[in-house]
Amino acid sequence: MINYTYTVWIVLIPLFMFVILGLFGMKMRNSLAGILGSLGLFTSTVLSYITAYFYFFKVGPVDGVFQSVSAYNIEWLAFTDTLKVHLGVFLDPISVMMLVVITTVSLMCHIYSIGYMKGDTGFQRFFSFLSLFTFSMLFLVIATDIIQMYIGFELVGLSSYLLIGHYYEKPAAVAAANKAFIVTRFADFGFFVGILLVSFYTGTFDFTVLINGDGSIFAGMAAASFMGMNIITWAMLLIFIGGAGKSALFPLHIWLPDAMEGPTPVSALIHAATMVVAGVYLVARMFIVFHFQAPDALEVVAYVGAFTSLFAAIIAITQYDIKRILAFSTLSQIGYMILALGVSGYGGEEGVGYMASMFHLTTHAMFKALLFLGAGSIIHAIHSNDLRDMGGLRKYMPITFITFAIAVLSISGIPPFSGFWSKDEILAAAFEHNKIIYFSSVLVAGLTAFYMSRLFFTVFFGKKTEYHHTPHESPWVMTIPLIILSIGAAFAGFIPFNELVTSDGAVFESHLSMSIALPSIGIALLGIFFAFLLYYKKSNTPDKITTSLGFLYKTTLNKFYFDELYLFVTKKIIFNIISQSIAWFDRHVVDGSMNGIAWVIEKTSVKSKELQSGQLQQYAFIFVAGTIILVLCFAYLFN
Amino acid sequence: MNILSLLILIPIITVFGIAFSRSKNMVRIVALVGMSAQLLTAIVLMFSYYATRDAGVTAQMIFYQDIEWFKFLNIHYTVGVDGISVAMILLTGVVTFAGILASWEVEYLQKEFFISLILLATGVFGFFISLDLFLMFLFYEIAVIPMYFLIGIWGTGPKEYSAMKLTLMLMGGSALMTVGLLGLYFNSKGADGQLTFNILEIAKVNIPKSTQMFFFPFIFVGFGVLGALYPFHTWSPDGHASAPTAVSMLHAGVLMKLGGYGCFRVAMYLLPEAANALSWIFIILATISVVYGAFGVIWQKDLKYINAYASVSHVGLITFALMMMNKVTLDGAIIQMISHGLTTALFFALIGMIYGRTHTRMLDKMGGLMKVMPFLAVGFMIAGFSTLGLPGLSGFVAETTVFIGAFQHFDIFHRIATILVVSSIVIAAVYVLRMVGKLLFGPIVDEHHSKLKDAKWFEKISVGTLVIAIAGIGIAPFWLYNLISYSLTPIMSRLNEFSNLYTHIF
Amino acid sequence: MIHGIPIQYFLIVSTIMFFVGVCGFIIRRNLITILMSVELILNAININFLVFNRYLFPHQLQGNFFALIVVAVAAAEASVAIALFINMYRRFNNIDVENISEMKY
Repeated sequence: MINYTYTVWIVLIPLFMFVILGLFGMKMRNSLAGILGSLGLFTSTVLSYITAYFYFFKVGPVDGVFQSVSAYNIEWLAFTDTLKVHLGVFLDPISVMMLVVITTVSLMCHIYSIGYMKGDTGFQRFFSFLSLFTFSMLFLVIATDIIQMYIGFELVGLSSYLLIGHYYEKPAAVAAANKAFIVTRFADFGFFVGILLVSFYTGTFDFTVLINGDGSIFAGMAAASFMGMNIITWAMLLIFIGGAGKSALFPLHIWLPDAMEGPTPVSALIHAATMVVAGVYLVARMFIVFHFQAPDALEVVAYVGAFTSLFAAIIAITQYDIKRILAFSTLSQIGYMILALGVSGYGGEEGVGYMASMFHLTTHAMFKALLFLGAGSIIHAIHSNDLRDMGGLRKYMPITFITFAIAVLSISGIPPFSGFWSKDEILAAAFEHNKIIYFSSVLVAGLTAFYMSRLFFTVFFGKKTEYHHTPHESPWVMTIPLIILSIGAAFAGFIPFNELVTSDGAVFESHLSMSIALPSIGIALLGIFFAFLLYYKKSNTPDKITTSLGFLYKTTLNKFYFDELYLFVTKKIIFNIISQSIAWFDRHVVDGSMNGIAWVIEKTSVKSKELQSGQLQQYAFIFVAGTIILVLCFAYLFN
Repeated sequence: MNILSLLILIPIITVFGIAFSRSKNMVRIVALVGMSAQLLTAIVLMFSYYATRDAGVTAQMIFYQDIEWFKFLNIHYTVGVDGISVAMILLTGVVTFAGILASWEVEYLQKEFFISLILLATGVFGFFISLDLFLMFLFYEIAVIPMYFLIGIWGTGPKEYSAMKLTLMLMGGSALMTVGLLGLYFNSKGADGQLTFNILEIAKVNIPKSTQMFFFPFIFVGFGVLGALYPFHTWSPDGHASAPTAVSMLHAGVLMKLGGYGCFRVAMYLLPEAANALSWIFIILATISVVYGAFGVIWQKDLKYINAYASVSHVGLITFALMMMNKVTLDGAIIQMISHGLTTALFFALIGMIYGRTHTRMLDKMGGLMKVMPFLAVGFMIAGFSTLGLPGLSGFVAETTVFIGAFQHFDIFHRIATILVVSSIVIAAVYVLRMVGKLLFGPIVDEHHSKLKDAKWFEKISVGTLVIAIAGIGIAPFWLYNLISYSLTPIMSRLNEFSNLYTHIF
Repeated sequence: MIHGIPIQYFLIVSTIMFFVGVCGFIIRRNLITILMSVELILNAININFLVFNRYLFPHQLQGNFFALIVVAVAAAEASVAIALFINMYRRFNNIDVENISEMKY
């Protein structure tokens, strides 16, 4: 048996880096801060790989099943004798896999940022927040306890907020940061209520108890019902809302495109590879509960995933901002992962969706991070995000061109690149489960190939744009991460996930089914072909098509007006109607009545003060009159 | 000498020291030394409390001292602490210390200012240690009266109006309270046939239910006014907005907690049956406070108003937690008192420091301060994040405890109230981020602001102390839990005796 | 000398004097007139004292003495009051009772 206690350092090192860089960063030279941050993370990465090696290969499955290990555990808060919050390290196939993915991508982004952020005034701040983010994300995935997961959710939200708002002097960046935080906070509210429900009925927060496969603790929840749905379904849906917020699933997706205001390495790390898959991870973590206790909720998960992937893919076609296209593509791919979880069964061959989702999470992290970093490299070279300012860049930036090409082929699902393998498993799972979801997924595969190729052809081929100064390839600190990630994007597909990460921890046989693979390759090639026709050479065909579609095109370009809807709800309803009226009510009615009481008392005192006029004659008159009245009264009474 | 009497003695000596100081510098140094000694005493008190408990002392109150003061009415000088009071004393010590540093640069009538400030603190310390209702009431008044002068003389804006409003409303509350306290006194005839003001003695008496039902609202609302219970909260925004920095800090940070503490220690502990029977009314009021306060913030433009309304919301959470009446929520209520005390003190300190530089508190006249004063800005963000309940800071611990505790009630009324209250975390995020975004980020709005200086040494210490305290609770809440948990047991058992609610605790 | 005159006659006179005095006290604005009204009231009382003494207790002198004391007090009072009035007049240039309200409230 291996002692995994050291794994706690994987998490703590980034935290220390955050504290050191946060407190003393301003006194350091830029390069020192960058190197320090990267070195810290390198240590974490090495430890993660060691852990993965130990976990998957050295120890391996016991009786064909990977055992979950509670590597480290401290009691943090004890609400009651049983309801306790623990913090610690919980290792099972998905958390170990996530450790590897997060540290790898994060390390690449750290190294890349040394080049990309060079000369930025907030360089040290940036690195300290990157460390904070890495800490939070690792903290989230190793959660032993649902509250630890929630804490992780909040902390990644914070670091995302801080990093999106890196250029805090830009109002757009601040607005985007606020939006991201508030939308995910709203989702976390759902998550928290879900936690409250689960903890109330089961009396525990502990994952080892919640997901050990023993459904009896949920009996009380299944028995109780609220508004015609049993409590466990409610709870799991609420928890899923938490995940949906972080993973930017429809209709909580609105923050992700705006979050692209952050520096590009942040987009690559947080908003493509790691944080946005927190929701997927959450559903995967609680999958056994979803599957056995709340199949209805899982059905919802599947449909939300499928719809998001389609919805986002459609929007991605029309966008011009290179990072936004990638953002919508991220939305779409996360939809894939979620739908794969939604359609998955449990155990062995049945659990192929679960395996596929995790598989796709890994490959997506590689190729999407690569795409973002490539886009960053392009933006770095020409100082613009707009697709219309780009063209013919393949000559100037050969390394970026090649790595980007690999990523595009990978995301489009062209064998033998990694995306193909994971996407194929997802389609297979969807095919088994639900034909509607399957067809929509296939359509999304085609759309994905189309919009990615559109991006690719426009940027690297197409018209020759005149640039202010000749674009040049990025420095080696930026290209080396690109190369490493492109290796990942190309070959991650050959990792035998069916032998490592499965729904029940048991190994199963997986085989490529030609009837699934061929149509998906076909539609992907079709997508690429159309994009080639339209965008390889500069032509006005795309413009013709857009004008002919008119209204439809405009709606898609404006992202189906979801931002406007949200603006209406927040600005008009919450701000102007609710909040303003409460403020008015408070000032005028509540406070007014308090002031009113004071006013009444004051007036009464002024009036009664007049009785005491200080005029002796008045007193005498009252005295005399009173006497006379009294005399008359007595005369009348005693007569 | 009893360590508790020391807590009253030190401020009094400090007041005399200040009165006889000759230079401006000496005044503030004496005040600082005095309050540092006070903070130190509070910390020593905490450790000796732990030590006494570890030594196996199981008495409800320790460091108990009872001196007869006024024989005819059986009034005693009775002091003693349990873990809850120790926690509150620690909070007061920290906030007072930070408050003295935050008012380092007061110029106008400086000596009188510090004397009033420390008198106020004396009242608060006395309130938390006294176990005799009369003594408690006395200290309460000592704490409230200097407030009038502090706001009326050293305030800003419509200060006379605010001072008057605050004092009158609090006095109104204390009038109600007096009725309630006398009611307790005249019903306190125990086994020995003598009327008493002693809390521990009254707790042994079984007051008839009808009497309890009559006097409970008096005491609860009386203390509730100080705890900004809806709809008696309107003194808070005006009062805080006009008060000078240190006074806002002490007031929101500590004085408002007297309300919660009094509700808890007097109203609920001594009148448990009525507390159980009437809790639903106050749960409704507290829920309104929380949600209404939070929505009320969004529209505000003055930084102090923002924080004052946020305080209404967060103090409402204390009342809410108290009225939910199970062990977890009471834990949460106490932690929320401490957490809110520290957070809001930090907020007011920073608002004061920013106001001292920019001479405006209006959100729309400021912007981009992050670039100009990074230290203050980071402090401000930490205060904001604690307000919105971010893990790692004290707000999260407190709120989570309250919510989880409140959700242990089985019935739909308590559940819905809880969910409504939980929703305030979203609204809190909205107003905090809006404020932070406008104030600290974005371009610099006013040219003059670009030349302002960052924090000075005393401001750094002041902010640093509070930040450390907030983060300390947020990262390692167990020490606070250990401190208060034991002391809740007698109160809980008394409440449960009469509980007619189905309280579902694992 | 007064044998045969019924007591009512004296009392009627003194009552009329008294109420004339009260009316004057209440109605008049000039302080000196008010003082004169007070004197009227006092004198009405004096008459009563004397008359009741004479008719009820002819062999005793308390009423007479009391009347003398009242006269003495009235004289003292009048002198103090007039001294005050003179000072007031110097200060305010009139002695109208309604104008002198500095110490009111």
